[in-house]
Amino acid sequence: MNDSRPAQGDPAAIEASRTQRVEIDLSLRGPTMHWLAVALFWLLLGTFEAMLASHKLTTPEFLAGSPWLTFGRIRQAHLESMVYGWLSAASVPVLLWMLARLCRAPLRHGWTLHVSAVLWNVGNLIGGFGIIAGYGTSMEWLEYPPVAAPFLLAGFAIVLWHGVDMLRRRAPGHIYVSQWYLFAALIWFPLLYLTAQTLLFWKPVAAIAQGPVNWWYAHNVLGLWFTPVGLASAYYLIPKVIGRPIHSYYLSAVGFWTLAFFYSWNGMHHLVGGPYPAWLVSTSIAASVMMVVPVVTVAVNHHMTMVGHFSALRWSPTLRFVVFGAMSYTLVSLQGSLTAVRAVQRVVHFTHYTVAHAHLGMYAFATMIMFGSIYYMVPRVIGREWPSARLIRVHFWASAIGITLYFVALTVGGIEQGLNLQNAEMPFLEVVRRTIPYLHLRTFSGILLSIGHFAFAISLVRVLIGKTRPAGEPTLLAVRHPVTA
Amino acid sequence: MNRLWIIFAGFMITFTTAWIGLAMLPSAHYRGPEWGAQLGENDLLVEQGRGVFIQNGCVYCHSQQVTARNFRSDQDRGWGARRTVASDYRNDKRGLFGTMRTGPDLANIGSRNSSPQWHYLHLYDPQITSKGSVMPPMRFLFDRHKAGASGSTEALPLGDGDEIVPKPEARALVAYLLSRKHDVGEPPEAFEPPATQ
Repeated sequence: MNDSRPAQGDPAAIEASRTQRVEIDLSLRGPTMHWLAVALFWLLLGTFEAMLASHKLTTPEFLAGSPWLTFGRIRQAHLESMVYGWLSAASVPVLLWMLARLCRAPLRHGWTLHVSAVLWNVGNLIGGFGIIAGYGTSMEWLEYPPVAAPFLLAGFAIVLWHGVDMLRRRAPGHIYVSQWYLFAALIWFPLLYLTAQTLLFWKPVAAIAQGPVNWWYAHNVLGLWFTPVGLASAYYLIPKVIGRPIHSYYLSAVGFWTLAFFYSWNGMHHLVGGPYPAWLVSTSIAASVMMVVPVVTVAVNHHMTMVGHFSALRWSPTLRFVVFGAMSYTLVSLQGSLTAVRAVQRVVHFTHYTVAHAHLGMYAFATMIMFGSIYYMVPRVIGREWPSARLIRVHFWASAIGITLYFVALTVGGIEQGLNLQNAEMPFLEVVRRTIPYLHLRTFSGILLSIGHFAFAISLVRVLIGKTRPAGEPTLLAVRHPVTA
Repeated sequence: MNRLWIIFAGFMITFTTAWIGLAMLPSAHYRGPEWGAQLGENDLLVEQGRGVFIQNGCVYCHSQQVTARNFRSDQDRGWGARRTVASDYRNDKRGLFGTMRTGPDLANIGSRNSSPQWHYLHLYDPQITSKGSVMPPMRFLFDRHKAGASGSTEALPLGDGDEIVPKPEARALVAYLLSRKHDVGEPPEAFEPPATQ
C-alpha cells in the first residue's frame, strides 16, 4: 500500500515518511474537530429520538398530546438524524483523512471544509426541525423536507472537491483498495441523492414509480455510501493496527468490483409482493443473492489478514470496533441475501425483522467501524490522547451487547410477528399484543446503546475541549504484548 | 492497479446501468397523461388528508398494498378483495406503499370501514375502538368540549360528559382514509396467480 513503511534499514527515509504523515494528519486537524462535533451532536440527538420512539411504541400515551412529538414524526427524525447527521458526518472526516494519507496529499484550503461542515449541519437542522414541525416527506431514508437537500448537496460538493483534489495530487504508484472504495463513495453518494431528490420531489414521477426510486436510493445509500467507507476503513486500519499487509490484492479487487456490480441492483427486494413488474423485483432478488460473492471475498481477505493476530483485540480499541464491524458486515450481508428470497419474504416482509436487519447494517457494521476509525484517527489528527481506557471499554461493551440484544430481540419478534400475520385466524390486535415483549426488549437494548454513546461523548468532548493529555502514549485496553506472527 | 480513470470508468458503468434499470426505466414506464393525478374538485379535501397522513408518518406502521394470495394472508384478513396492481395508484401523488405493518394495511380501508365516526373516535383514542392498539392517539387533531358546548353537527360524544369536534386536519385525514378503495374496479386476473401454490 502507498502508506507502507519504507525499506527497513534506512532511518532517514523512515523519518521522512513519518514527518510527512504527521504533516498530513495535522493539516486535517481543525475540520476534523468540526465535523466530529457535528456528528456527535446528531448521534446524541438521534439516540434520544430513538428512545422516545421506542418507548412510544409500547406506551402510546407517552407524550401523546403534541403533534410535534407524535411517533410518526419522531421516527422519521430518528432515521434522518442517524443517516445524515451522525453516520454521514462521521464518515466524511474519516474518509478525507484516509484519502489524504493514502494519497500522501495534505489537505489544502482547510477553511472550505469548515464551510461544508456548517452547510451540512444547517441542512440537518432545517431537515430535522422540518420533520418535527410537520414537513417530513414520509419517504423512507429521504424524510427531510426537500428544502434541506441543497444545503446537504452543497456541503458534500466541497467534500467531493477535496477528495478529488487529493486523488489528483496522489503520490505516484499503486492505488490501494481503500482509495477505490473512498473515491467511488464520494461520487456515488451525491449522484444517488441528487437523483432521488429530483425524481421524488423536484420533478416527481408517477406515484407507482416512486417506490422503486425510493428503494433504489435507500438501499444504495447503505450499499454505495456507508458500505464503501466502512470497508475502506477496515482495509486500511486492520493492516495498520496489526502491522502486516492485507492478505490478497486479488481478493480486494474481486470484492470491490462485484460489490459495485451487484449491490447497486439490490434495492427492489424491499418491494417483494408489491404492485410492481415481476422483472424489477426478481432482478434485485438475484442481485441480492449474488452479494454473497463480494461479502465472502472481503470476509476471507480480512480474516486471513487477522489470522495469528487476534490477540491484538485485547489491547487495541480500534481493532475491537473495526473487527466487530467487519464481522457484522459479513453477517448482515449474508442475512440480506437470504432475506431477499421470496420464501423468506413471505414471512418477514412488513415486520420488525426488517428493522433489526437495518440496524445490523447501519449500527453493528457501519457505526461500529466508524467508532473504531475515530478512536484511531483522533489522537493522530487532533494530537490529544483519549482520556480513559475505561470509557472506551464501557463504550465497546455497551454498544456490542446493546446492538446484539437489539438484533436478536427484533429478529425473533419479527419472525413471530410474520408467522402470526400469515395466520389469518389470529386477530390483528393479538398479533400486535404478542410483539410487545420484544419491543420492551428493544427499549432496554436502547438504554445500553445510550450508555455506550454517553461514554463515547464524554471521551470525545474531553478531547475536543482539550481536557486530556497530549498524544504520545496511546490509551490501550490492556498491556500491549509484542506481536509474534 | 494504478490508473484512476479505469477505476472511475468501471464504477460509473456499474452505477449507471443500475441507475437506468431500477430508477429510470420504472420512471419512464409509468409516464404519460394516464399516470398523472386526475383530481376533481371534491378531491381537495382528500389531498389535504394525504398531507396529514404524510406529515404524521402514518406510513411507518401502515402499508397500502394488498399482496397476492400465494404471498401473504392479506386477502384472508379482509384487507382487500384482490391484490393491488400498478394502475390502482394512478391517481396518487405520493407513493405511500409502506414496508411495515405494525398496524393493518390501509389500501382499502375506505371499503372496509366507511364510518367517519369510527375513524374519528379511533384517531382520537385508538383504545376506544381497538383495545390494546399501540397506535399513538391523535388528540391534537380534535377539540374537546363539554357535551353540547360546541353546537357542531360533527361533535362526537365520548361517554364521560365530553364531546370531541374534529379539526379541519382530522376531517381531511378521514376523507383521505375513506378514499382508500384500491380494490374497486376490474379485478386484474392477469396479475393474480392461482390461489394455490
